[in-house]
Amino acid sequence: MKHSVPRGDTYVWMTGGFLALCVIMITGMLLLIVVQGIGYFRPRPIDQFALQGDAEAETILGQVYSREDIPGDVAMTLGYDPAARPVRYLVRVGNRELFAQDFRWVNGPDVGMVTRPANAVCLERVEYGNAYGFVHSLRLGANRVIDSEIDAWDVFQKIHETLRGLLEQIKAREKDELGELNYQFEQHRLEVKALEYRLANGRIDSASYETRKTEIVAAMANLEQSLRLHQAALDSMRRIAREPVLVLRALGSSGEDLVDIPVASIVRAYKPNSMTATATLRFYASKVWEFLSDDPREANAEGGVFPAIFGTVMMVLLMTMVAVPFGVLAALYLREYTSGGAMVRIVRIAVNNLAGVPSIVFGMFGLGFFVYFVGGGIDALLYPERLPAPTYGTGGILWASLTLSLLTVPVVIVATEEALAAIPRGIREGSLALGATKWETIRRVVLPSATPGIMTGAILAMARGAGEVAPLMITGVVKLATEMPFDSHFPFFHLDRKFMHLGFHIYDIGFQTSNVEANIGMVYTTTLLLIGIILFLNMAAIMVRARLRERYRTAGF
Amino acid sequence: MKTQDMLTGVDERLSSATSLEQVSEETKIRVEALNLWYGDVQALFDISINLHARRISAFIGPSGCGKSTFLRTLNRMNDLIDNVRIRGKVVIDGADIYSDSVDVVSLRRNVGMIFQKSNPFPKTVYENVAYGQRLLGVRDRRVLDEIVERSLRQAALWDEVKDRLEEPALSLSGGQMQRLCIARALAVEPEILLMDEPSSALDPIATAKIEELIVELKQKYTIIIVTHNMQQAARVSDVTAFFYLGRLIEVGETRKIFTSPEKKQTEEYITGRFG
Repeated sequence: MKHSVPRGDTYVWMTGGFLALCVIMITGMLLLIVVQGIGYFRPRPIDQFALQGDAEAETILGQVYSREDIPGDVAMTLGYDPAARPVRYLVRVGNRELFAQDFRWVNGPDVGMVTRPANAVCLERVEYGNAYGFVHSLRLGANRVIDSEIDAWDVFQKIHETLRGLLEQIKAREKDELGELNYQFEQHRLEVKALEYRLANGRIDSASYETRKTEIVAAMANLEQSLRLHQAALDSMRRIAREPVLVLRALGSSGEDLVDIPVASIVRAYKPNSMTATATLRFYASKVWEFLSDDPREANAEGGVFPAIFGTVMMVLLMTMVAVPFGVLAALYLREYTSGGAMVRIVRIAVNNLAGVPSIVFGMFGLGFFVYFVGGGIDALLYPERLPAPTYGTGGILWASLTLSLLTVPVVIVATEEALAAIPRGIREGSLALGATKWETIRRVVLPSATPGIMTGAILAMARGAGEVAPLMITGVVKLATEMPFDSHFPFFHLDRKFMHLGFHIYDIGFQTSNVEANIGMVYTTTLLLIGIILFLNMAAIMVRARLRERYRTAGF
Repeated sequence: MKTQDMLTGVDERLSSATSLEQVSEETKIRVEALNLWYGDVQALFDISINLHARRISAFIGPSGCGKSTFLRTLNRMNDLIDNVRIRGKVVIDGADIYSDSVDVVSLRRNVGMIFQKSNPFPKTVYENVAYGQRLLGVRDRRVLDEIVERSLRQAALWDEVKDRLEEPALSLSGGQMQRLCIARALAVEPEILLMDEPSSALDPIATAKIEELIVELKQKYTIIIVTHNMQQAARVSDVTAFFYLGRLIEVGETRKIFTSPEKKQTEEYITGRFG
């Protein structure tokens, strides 16, 4: 007797093994992103390195961002023993007043002693990056200086919230009031342009042109006047807010330096080396909240990503709103009204292939067709007075969404067709036998029964569309959008505006900034957020689908 | 022997109910020389038959004999299938339903159909029954309520579902679903009901209920039922037509077909020698 492995077993192992491989790769990637992304906001300790050896004796204060082995050949040229496996640290030293670079590499063998001074403080600033050092004193006014380190820190913590809030208020008012005035000013300017355009085309006579123009110019002068007054008022408020200064004892390349930092310009001040557990948690929570709710700072490397979240979600919803009806109608015609000849087969193959076209090709089509052709046409027709400055004839959230909906419509078509094919013939016949026309049958019975399948298509389309970046880069995404596509001015949704997108944000902070090494954590965090948003949108759609399924459950025949 | 068993039901019914002679002989459907092709394959050959108002006519025959196909020509359901060609005449109430001037939608409203597998829509019980009226544009809730209740009562389902009107129709049992489909067909007030093996997917108790219902409905409707089940044909029908290989072999009073068929094929089928 020959005892061998039962025949089928090999295949079970083979197929199971490949599945396991897929699962491992996916979970591995997600784990990496989650671990790296979640860790980014923890308060990192501040280390003090005393450098020695060939380098000049120097003391460095900063946060270690990463640690790696020095490659063998590099170690040789530097004169280290490769066998000892020397390491180097990426240290964030901040203090842009003193150093050219935010980050610097510190070679392990040069380090004599590492300490963690409990009173070392990290100041996150609105501008100029982080500052590291020790509290020296707090200067509240010309004559009021608190010299003791402990008292200065206490008083600083008491007044910091208020001053920071004050500056935020000033910023908000600047945005609201000056923004409103600027908006009105811009409307007047456009009206003048429109008048000039109409005069040039002979649609109004020069007399009425002159009277209207004088009115507008007067209004504009008024606006300019109040704009200046507002600005001056806010400026003086800002000066007052910036008056209290925290003096920081920082470690420069040539010993200690005193650096003045206005209290109001400090986003966050903390002593990571002596933080309690609750303080650590509170710090973490405040960082996460800032990330989710704030505008970006420091060339997107710091602060939040709220405009990008908003842009991503709005773009995905717009895209879905266009792609789903479009795809459903196309699928209905293909499945319900054609009689399945060669032509239909060709169309179907073309649709399926469309899903495989590189997305950048869609991007270029979107740029050429939507932006230049349609957008340019709209400008020529509706906003001729603003030309050559484009309104719709430039990238914007509308064109980006339409481009992406072209990209995702095949997914919807295929899913809808499958859903329609799965509806039992008996149901259609039942409806027709009651005297319903074909369209009534489709509308009242077929479409409702197909909604769960259509939702599946929508979910797939959303997942595909939310992750696309390439076509967006040429149809309306920007690195930093000054205006959101939604605000309080009529018509509230400004579909012509450019927008920010998490996918592009990842690309931007990961590859387009000077401090790429430093931004890796931010890249992971933003990736985690993007995945989370896609997951959230999908979960919402899946829940809706589950409810629909319950409602439109068809018998198994 | 077997035939005798079947006929006991017929005898009882005949003796208790009106005799055949008293039933009206008004012709409701007249079919003349009907031929039907699926592409190049001919499925029906030269069928001519008269079907009477307020009577139950049963079509019997082995699988593939064309009885269902013929049934579906009576409300033009075959129009939905590609490559179907029809020659001949189907006259309902004096009008040829295959003439160009006929509105298929109103024809189907007049000729209701019950299918082999119950096919309730994925809607509530109420909306299933109200469907046909909604198509007609009826929106008044009171009118709909009345029609729904009347139709469900006619279909002997009202007592079972009156508290479950807003539940999904698919939560009903198989027999209830089939009666719901009957109620749904009745709600558009047809004159003719076509039933394509309405109880073949049901258990004996549910079948008995449906049969009872069919006999009940005879008072108002012209009913044509296709069945595989000869006992059923014997139990419920007044007239039986035997189909074989796309031809109408024999038609006559049920009693006569089951006791003394004229054609040899009919006799062989009925006695179970083939089929």
